[in-house]
Amino acid sequence: MSTKTDTQATSQQFTARHAIGATVSGIALVARDGFSARYDLDRIGGTFSRPAHKLAGQSYVGRILVLDTAKGGVASAWMLREMASRGIVPLAIVFNTVNPILAQGAAFGDVSMLAGFDGDITAQVPHGATVEVDPANHRLRILQAPD
Amino acid sequence: MRLNDEERSILAGECGRVAQIALQHQIKVGDFFGAADFVPVTQAHIMADTESLGPSGVAWLEEMADADDGRGRVRIPTITDPRGTDFSKADMLRQAPWMLTLERRTIDAFVRLGVAMTDTCINYQTIQAPTRGEHLAFGDTGVVIYSNSICGARSNFEGGPSALSAGLTGRTPRYGYHLDAQRQATIRIQVDWTPTTLNDWGALGGVIGRLAGNYWSVPVVEGLQGAPGSDAMKHFGAAMASFGSSALFHLAGLTPEATRLQDVGGDRLPVAHRIGRQDVQALQNAYATTDEIDVVVFSAPQLSLYELRDIAQLSEGRHFIKPMLAITSPQVKPDCDRMGYTETIEAAGGQVLSGMCFYQSYAREMAEANGWKRLATNSAKLVNILGGYGYAPTLASMEQCIEAAQTGRIA
Repeated sequence: MSTKTDTQATSQQFTARHAIGATVSGIALVARDGFSARYDLDRIGGTFSRPAHKLAGQSYVGRILVLDTAKGGVASAWMLREMASRGIVPLAIVFNTVNPILAQGAAFGDVSMLAGFDGDITAQVPHGATVEVDPANHRLRILQAPD
Repeated sequence: MRLNDEERSILAGECGRVAQIALQHQIKVGDFFGAADFVPVTQAHIMADTESLGPSGVAWLEEMADADDGRGRVRIPTITDPRGTDFSKADMLRQAPWMLTLERRTIDAFVRLGVAMTDTCINYQTIQAPTRGEHLAFGDTGVVIYSNSICGARSNFEGGPSALSAGLTGRTPRYGYHLDAQRQATIRIQVDWTPTTLNDWGALGGVIGRLAGNYWSVPVVEGLQGAPGSDAMKHFGAAMASFGSSALFHLAGLTPEATRLQDVGGDRLPVAHRIGRQDVQALQNAYATTDEIDVVVFSAPQLSLYELRDIAQLSEGRHFIKPMLAITSPQVKPDCDRMGYTETIEAAGGQVLSGMCFYQSYAREMAEANGWKRLATNSAKLVNILGGYGYAPTLASMEQCIEAAQTGRIA
């Protein structure tokens, strides 16, 4: 895997090794936890439903998820597109570590995704911040701190 | 990605729209992971239950089947993971007609694309076991980790759209576990206790999966005694993949790429973790939250003939007061019938189902329709999944689960 290095001149901008999708901006939902559409979500209600998940009970709809790693089974490859077809979908997903399933799901479902940073991205983006995901430039920017 | 003449031809649409769409998807994924080129694959295995696809996914499959005047076909043997129902038991499961309609539409589309509806997540036991070094495009994490680790084959997790694409193009992007370098161990684990039951093997896999932590981490495990059988490795691997998103493990002295610890670079790693019986028990205790149960499920992965034999022996002469579901593949079910296991299990009040898997069959809707919440199983993978579907699952031995079906209580 090739690594793009970021000068990190500002703590507000981070460079990802892997990127796909369109540029989007929105509010970040941040947790040092994993992600699987099948294991973790109530995809009808649009919330994290696994009781042990650190975002349990929170709505993911229209949010930019900033999480540690992709988890679980292969279903997410279909599910991101299915969720997008109903408008019950995250705006983008940002991982420290991605697996092929979530990348394939992002490609199939046209969901923007960044993965692979220098340092733990879940520790660097504040929960509730407004961020921009810019896959064309492999870049995550913090636009506004949380209220 | 570097494309050869054939791939450029596919990308230009000269082999039809279906193959073109498939290759375009594969290039997106390959570019994401920095794949240099494609690698030919010999088999594809597609996870595509309709709970995952939803109406939009089914409609996409139908569009693929309709494109090119319906002439689009897979190029290599391409098979399917479990479906979302056993049509003969759908009423008993209280599945809704719309679920069955989606299933039938999906099956029709796959058949038109030339896909063989094997409906199994144990194809390495029932269809054709991969061989060492064989490049594959397999879906179902349990299938991939078994094929990579026990058989020495080479596959990444291929989600449904990617596995179908591989079937249609006969290749997959060369990244991840297709590469020698990625298959070296990254974490060394010492185990001080060797399980004997399937739930313990699954729990051990779950513990290691959690420690491994992500898809790119490759555990090498030392200290296991004896040669575990296929069902033990099935539960071990499926749970490791489920808890950790792991796709490959090595067992020093046991699995084909780790005849010696140094074959996978394990000798250069410090022992990162020591795991004993108490760690395995702790994982199981975390799922022992209830005394009473509503349903017993043996599934995830589908059951082998030997597991069904054991369940039949344990069921003999009993009368279950709670639903007990034993779920297997369409390949095993006829033998289960022929050996009399189905008759014994169903005489006790259980059900033997085929071609589905519990968590891939609208588990949330089945829970609501049947009043199922407290579920007992010997599958570590299943307990890991079902929490998100609203269940309170308990992980226990096969014997404890059978007893629970008879008494309604888990010991």
